[in-house]
Amino acid sequence: MMLITLSKDSIAITREQDVVPLRNRVKEVAVKIGMGLVNQTKLITAASELVRNMLRYAGTGTVLIEVVSRGRETGVRLTFSDKGPGIADISLAMQDGYSTGKSLGLGLPGTRRLVNDFSIQSAVGQGTTVTILKWKNG
Amino acid sequence: MDKIPILRMGAFLLVTIQVDLYDRLALNLETDLVNMVHKTGARGVLIDISAVSIVDSFMGRILGNIASMTRVLDAETVVVGMQPAVAITLIELGLSLSGVYTALDVERGMALLQTKLGSDDELTDDDADYTE
Amino acid sequence: MTNSVAQFLKKNKALLLDTWIQKQLASDTLRDDLMTNDELRLQSEELVDLLVKSVNDNNIEQTESASFDELFELLSAISMSRARQGFSPRETGLYIFSLKEAIFELLQQDLSSDPLLLFKTSLKFNRLLDSFGVVTFETFIKGREEVIFRQTEEISDISTPVIQVWDGILALPIIGTLDSARTQVVMESLLQKIVDTGSGIAILDISGVPAVDSLVAQHLIKTVSATRLMGADCIISGIRPEIAQTVVHLGIDLSNIITKASLASALKHAFSMNRLTVKRAESEKKVL
Repeated sequence: MMLITLSKDSIAITREQDVVPLRNRVKEVAVKIGMGLVNQTKLITAASELVRNMLRYAGTGTVLIEVVSRGRETGVRLTFSDKGPGIADISLAMQDGYSTGKSLGLGLPGTRRLVNDFSIQSAVGQGTTVTILKWKNG
Repeated sequence: MDKIPILRMGAFLLVTIQVDLYDRLALNLETDLVNMVHKTGARGVLIDISAVSIVDSFMGRILGNIASMTRVLDAETVVVGMQPAVAITLIELGLSLSGVYTALDVERGMALLQTKLGSDDELTDDDADYTE
Repeated sequence: MTNSVAQFLKKNKALLLDTWIQKQLASDTLRDDLMTNDELRLQSEELVDLLVKSVNDNNIEQTESASFDELFELLSAISMSRARQGFSPRETGLYIFSLKEAIFELLQQDLSSDPLLLFKTSLKFNRLLDSFGVVTFETFIKGREEVIFRQTEEISDISTPVIQVWDGILALPIIGTLDSARTQVVMESLLQKIVDTGSGIAILDISGVPAVDSLVAQHLIKTVSATRLMGADCIISGIRPEIAQTVVHLGIDLSNIITKASLASALKHAFSMNRLTVKRAESEKKVL
């Protein structure tokens, strides 16, 4: 079935203090479509993880916030794009416990467990794009 | 720079986190708490996160760090009042905060610290008995 | 005869409706308990109206044409409402197929002089009505799926009762398979109840869970860990011998979790954790 975008909003991330406003914006959108508290929390936590990765590895980037629908489902889709160094081995980065930065290494695989759809594209030297989708009742 | 207030209650320190933490604030809290434990010789730290709606892996790591650091200084840390949605998310994320004590609310956290300290004291008493 | 189909339909509209209604009333699949004959007539009339309005020689062979959108929409609506009302697929299917019969009957009367045209026209109508049948069937199933979806949600809501068995002690009997969606519901209602009642101990009773594989065990461990994060203790009870066997055979580590064979022993353990004792009241005889 077709995925339809109902609304779009883009936020630029340049420094650490942008994380909290981004979370608030994501929460606003999730509340608007009637997402339950637990799913909201999962989505916002996932967003928080990804935006942290972006700040740590690329420094800056943008986050696209979309409300999407497919059939009778509605959800929130977030796209994190940066022009950072990129990820050389995506399958390695997606393994539990792997990290190059000083974190717990839960970033990507942990984030994937919090959402319904997770996709990542990356080219070394060109940047990384991560897209996550959380259905309202997912 | 914003600061999270640390209250002293007898042998314990109480921190109530009321705002969404950004990284710098959380890191400052870690430093401030460890300094405070050292300065006051506190035996326990209570961190009330009942007003916190998001704990990501970074925040989780800070909580874990605080617990390990205070333990080195002979003080136990109890995290109290975690919201159900936060707990479910943390588990899904793969973070079970295994080194951190937890309690439902400040009162129970306090009671937990007291029993931990209590058993400690008994032990020293016993030692004293034996040396006599 | 440039627009024979449209002409035929317009001319025979009233007759078609009557023939069709008669066929439906005579059929033994008529469900006058679910729908009154007046309602049936109204619904059929609306459909015939739209059929006459939409179909012409140009589009009869192009069932994908946008000029049928309205017609398909009505068909879907009828089919959907029938699915919800509890009509059987057979009854719903025959509703459309009896319309086909009625059209064929009238065509036969109208074109009896020209067998070739009769055959060609019949073939066209046949294709069109078959596609009606397909749409009807598709939406009928969709309607039923929605009913099932709603019921599943209702079941998962009512199948996770969290009971306060004692001051500070909650019990949650899990009945049926524990999949990930169910685990979410269980976790949410258990954790919320822990907050609401300020209970320090939760007992998860799995006597009603048919089998525990590594996935189910993982779900149980998750629930226990989440409870622990909240600051409460969780006991798993109702472990049948065969579950104990599979758990060990599968190499699942439950050593960090308090497990008890029965709900009674879990409760006893919970009492001792809360420093409570249950004693038999001394009998009167003894007192005397």
